Amino acid sequence: MRRNGISSNASWRKPVAEARRTLGMGEQEAVEGATVEAPFGKALAAAAARDDRIVGLTADLGKYTDIVPFATAYASRFYNVGMAEQNLIAMSAGMAKIGRVPFCTTYGVFATRRAYDFVAIACAHSHLNVKIFAGLPGLTTGYGGTHQAIEDTGLMRLIPGLTVIDPCDATDLAQAVDVALATDGPFYVRLLRGLVPVVLDPATYKLRHGKATALRQGADVAIVSTGFMTQRALAAANALQAKGIAAGVLHVPFLKPFDAAAVAEFAAAARCVVTAENHVVSGGLASLVAETLFDAGLTRPMARIGLPDKFIECGSVPGLQEKYGLMDADIARAATGLLEKKGRK
Amino acid sequence: MTQSASRNTNDLAAAMAGRAKNLRRHMLRMARGQGQGYIGQGLGIADMMAVLYFSELRYSPDDLQRFDRDRFLLSTGHYSIALWAALAEAGILRHDELDSYGRDGSRLEMSAIDTTPGAEITGGSLGHGLGLGVGMAVGIKTLAPQARIFVELSDGEMQEGSTWEAAMAASSFRADNLVALIDCNGIQADGAIVLDMEPVAAKWAGFGWDVQEIDGNSIPALLAAFDAARARDGKPKAIVLRTLPGKGVATLEKREKAHFIRVDASEWDQFERELEETGG
Repeated sequence: MRRNGISSNASWRKPVAEARRTLGMGEQEAVEGATVEAPFGKALAAAAARDDRIVGLTADLGKYTDIVPFATAYASRFYNVGMAEQNLIAMSAGMAKIGRVPFCTTYGVFATRRAYDFVAIACAHSHLNVKIFAGLPGLTTGYGGTHQAIEDTGLMRLIPGLTVIDPCDATDLAQAVDVALATDGPFYVRLLRGLVPVVLDPATYKLRHGKATALRQGADVAIVSTGFMTQRALAAANALQAKGIAAGVLHVPFLKPFDAAAVAEFAAAARCVVTAENHVVSGGLASLVAETLFDAGLTRPMARIGLPDKFIECGSVPGLQEKYGLMDADIARAATGLLEKKGRK
Repeated sequence: MTQSASRNTNDLAAAMAGRAKNLRRHMLRMARGQGQGYIGQGLGIADMMAVLYFSELRYSPDDLQRFDRDRFLLSTGHYSIALWAALAEAGILRHDELDSYGRDGSRLEMSAIDTTPGAEITGGSLGHGLGLGVGMAVGIKTLAPQARIFVELSDGEMQEGSTWEAAMAASSFRADNLVALIDCNGIQADGAIVLDMEPVAAKWAGFGWDVQEIDGNSIPALLAAFDAARARDGKPKAIVLRTLPGKGVATLEKREKAHFIRVDASEWDQFERELEETGG
């Protein structure tokens, strides 16, 4: 069954139950359902086969950012600059200056907190073709506050001219490589690594620059989601359906440029709005949706699912995601709460 | 050295001295229009800029985007006054445009950005230029082996850690088409160098660079250093330039070493006279 770009064999990203510990570097949560291994690296290698402008760079995290398929196939176009993220971005900018198209990888925390000035000035101020793929977004690692990029999309969307993408799954991520290659200018893309679920059907889903995609319509609640939270938004919508609540899901992979028109239209068609993101609830998707509703003159009860204003501790990824409320049940609960409150008035 | 080679060298040095004096004239004209500026630094590197633009750099004023050109990256964007002077002297900018330096709507900003013709990068956020230069040098080596990347940076700028990240990468990637021009003028924003950077040459050597250390205001020394840098393979090259802020204008040479100089309107005639009579 193919419907609205959603893969028929999409399943809840259910980790193996006993692994309730902080995983070591490179260890992966086992995932049920359809997955693709290293979708970024494979898509980059495929793109490099047809575009010899592409070069790859990393800062001592090649193995952990899935760039290995490219690095193996195109060793002469791959540069590992060591643990030096400012130089990673500066060298990538230099490569772009002479007409190469650098795809560079590190973790989101380093691409933002360490290299921000270089992303802003060396890349965005000069509108250079630097494509940054940043691993461990939000709560996708149990390594604690040093490694969890919980505020990265908020920081990056403030940089003028920088495109910011939070892909949902392997399909979105692979297509983000192609969109980045086809679009002139700097990109920041959140990277899902290892065995990445397939939620969106690659045969029918199409990532378009700056566009959101309505995966499901529903007149009661509009769930606006980004990143892997879109998979959970779909699961939440299914659960709400069973209770007789019609929930729509708008997947917003682009935090910038932001598809305000689609968000306003989607929110206008429902009684309340729930945002869902793997990021702190201020500065990212939730803030963008709130700004959009205000600009459109729309008033809707709104709930924000995401991370609190807090550095998160070490732990197992599933344990942390449950503790900090990133589950489908959290989305569904927020939606019913809004509808009940509205009903009482 | 034969008699004629010696005469040619002397002729070249004399020509470069003339160019340097012209650059200083352009800089005084720009700074006079503004009443202030980073003129100390600009006058200090005028000799290097003259030799670089009129003897060393391979570029075409009529085809600034030519792919196999040499590239000059001004990492200290606030030295833009020296870059605009060189670009005007090279025929890339019109001389009368220099009068717009720092004014509203001017392309000749106080800190150089890469949208101005002839400016290769946006500098000024210090510690950027060398990393950009390494990326350009490494990336272009297989595409245009003859193209070289020259990066100006300053002693104060060496305090930015990214400079050393780039220095490590340059030698690791054997970027021997890269030349760092390190202006050691002993001043930074808060005054004389606030954090000791010596020994500068030993630091670069330790990072795997081919290092020369010269009087950055000596044209024969500059010509020889560029010759030597051109002749050597295998390593990125660093030329450590000991320069005098305000060089060529006696009053400014003696003035307290300052990062940003404000000048009384009455002083400009004297400065220009000093430059014409003795300086450069």
